[in-house]
Amino acid sequence: MTTVIDRNAATRKFLAHTEGHLATYLEGCLHCGLCAEACHFYVASRDPKHTPAYKLFPIAKAHRRNKFPLALLGLAPRVSAEDLQHWEELLFDSCTMCGRCTMACPMGIDIASIVGEARQAWVAAGLGPADLFAAADSSRDHGSPLGVTPEKLRERIEWIADEHEVEIPLDRPKADVLLTLSSVETMKYPDSVASMAKLLNHAGVSWTLSTKGYEATNFGYLAGKADIAKTMVQRIVAAAEGIGAKTVIIPECGHAFGVLRWSASNMIGRPLPFEVLHITEYLAQLKRAGKLHLKPLTEPITYHDPCQISRRGGATADARYLLQDFATDFHEMTPTGNENWCCGGGGGVQAIGRAANLRYQVFKLKMDQVEKSGAKTMVSACSNCRLTMDESKAHWKWDGGLASLVELIAEHLVEKPAS
Amino acid sequence: MTLLDFARGPALAVSFAVFTFGVAWRVLFLVLLPWSRDRSVARGSAPSAVVGAVRGFARHLWPRKAFAGAARFTTVNGYVMHFGLAIAFFGFAPHILFLQSVFGVHWPNLPSGLVSVASVVTLVSLVLALGHRFVSPVLRLISTANDYFSWFVTALPVVSGLMAVSHLWAPYETLLAVHLLSVALLLIWFPFGKLMHAFLVFVTRSETAIHYSRRGTVL
Repeated sequence: MTTVIDRNAATRKFLAHTEGHLATYLEGCLHCGLCAEACHFYVASRDPKHTPAYKLFPIAKAHRRNKFPLALLGLAPRVSAEDLQHWEELLFDSCTMCGRCTMACPMGIDIASIVGEARQAWVAAGLGPADLFAAADSSRDHGSPLGVTPEKLRERIEWIADEHEVEIPLDRPKADVLLTLSSVETMKYPDSVASMAKLLNHAGVSWTLSTKGYEATNFGYLAGKADIAKTMVQRIVAAAEGIGAKTVIIPECGHAFGVLRWSASNMIGRPLPFEVLHITEYLAQLKRAGKLHLKPLTEPITYHDPCQISRRGGATADARYLLQDFATDFHEMTPTGNENWCCGGGGGVQAIGRAANLRYQVFKLKMDQVEKSGAKTMVSACSNCRLTMDESKAHWKWDGGLASLVELIAEHLVEKPAS
Repeated sequence: MTLLDFARGPALAVSFAVFTFGVAWRVLFLVLLPWSRDRSVARGSAPSAVVGAVRGFARHLWPRKAFAGAARFTTVNGYVMHFGLAIAFFGFAPHILFLQSVFGVHWPNLPSGLVSVASVVTLVSLVLALGHRFVSPVLRLISTANDYFSWFVTALPVVSGLMAVSHLWAPYETLLAVHLLSVALLLIWFPFGKLMHAFLVFVTRSETAIHYSRRGTVL
């Protein structure tokens, strides 16, 4: 079957997004190439096509042709179907929108934000990775990328509550806090769900899950399907408004935090009527309020900063605050914090099967970082990072440990000391 | 009208007009585009937009430690080239006299020997930058005609200026005319090519800085 590639639709979508900030970025790129060494895909592959600036060429081409006076003269070349086919892999498989290249760019161009918008052009053209698109469609049709429907969620939560002997409230009519979940956790890392429940119960928080809005991941955003992205946001907003939640907690998921905290209000065209906090930010608040009582973690660990939570999310310090006085043998990686290397699977890349080998190559950067740090276990606060790293660990038969920050904290809870 | 009269007169006048209106048009074009409003709630600790922009701008003046090794040549060579150009343009006595005749402002000049050294160093840095563009597989892939032409119009006034002060190969008046015409070419190309980064850098760095300072981070 021949795929019809609608380059005109792609061009229209490109141009719809070349509003002020993107146009300035596209016109400002000096082609200095400094972004290459900041990109884990380029460093892992040494293939110049993985240079972040190169990924912008199709959208820059569309923008150039549309500019006065070239638009009137028709002199600049048009975006072709071949361009779209060639750049599909570069925009989807080999960009996690981690934002590291922005830090290296002397012009300060935020390439990640352009890639996020540009992906919509591939959708319009009828191109793009089928498995990533299927995850987005499943979110719209079933409630989650992994097919966790409200009924499935109810069953799964009952099972997790029984298995871990923890109370997990679902569909309470009123609560201060709405907890959302990543279906990666619901299906693959159920300990993470139980851990969050234990921690919230321990602190005496009024909270609930909701079958009306439970999926934190937003594969609509990652796939460039803006309608699905908005639908996923609206479900959480409706659920939170329904129970009168003052706070919505995003679980260990990087892009889910980025989308709901920083983009959702722009998608729905109004400010969110609640505060959005990543689980590490919420736990840091509990710790500051003296509501977390932990015994020390003595194993040598390091912390992997999920890009959308730290570098692009601004919550770098809260994870460190949680680890302070808790992880007694903590080792930072080099580089770390906002400069940390990405896991290689963010931005939807984890869901793209054909990108697996590239992800494995990227993970070698992480293995090297951990080994040099002196830590035995790499802890993260993103289930997507964790899944990416678990698969890469298995591929390389790496003997380093991987763990979830929330699970470690829950495992080290102690009952409140008698006052 | 001699070639020098043409270069001094209509060529510089027209090219300066193209430069002025071209830069204004490109900046206005970008400013007048619809800029999306960010409705997300900034962190309580976020600085004002102005403070965020200044901080972000300053942050990009030098590469972070994590990128310093890979960026060392491009950064150092870039600064050498830009400072060299500034010394040659603003420090050379004849340039100051010419600018005074046009704009009525003047300042003390630098010794001509220092200006000559700065010009030669600038030329070397330009050659190194071009060589890097040819040698690096990344730069070869992403370089366009715009990049090479912008290099050419930047290098030409430096070369012709050095030739004029050295009285090399042709009568001084001819060399001076060629130098002025090369400046005219630079001014005409400036708003349409990569040289525009001299203005856009303030926009792009500030824009990113404001975007991320709201989030409590500096990229």
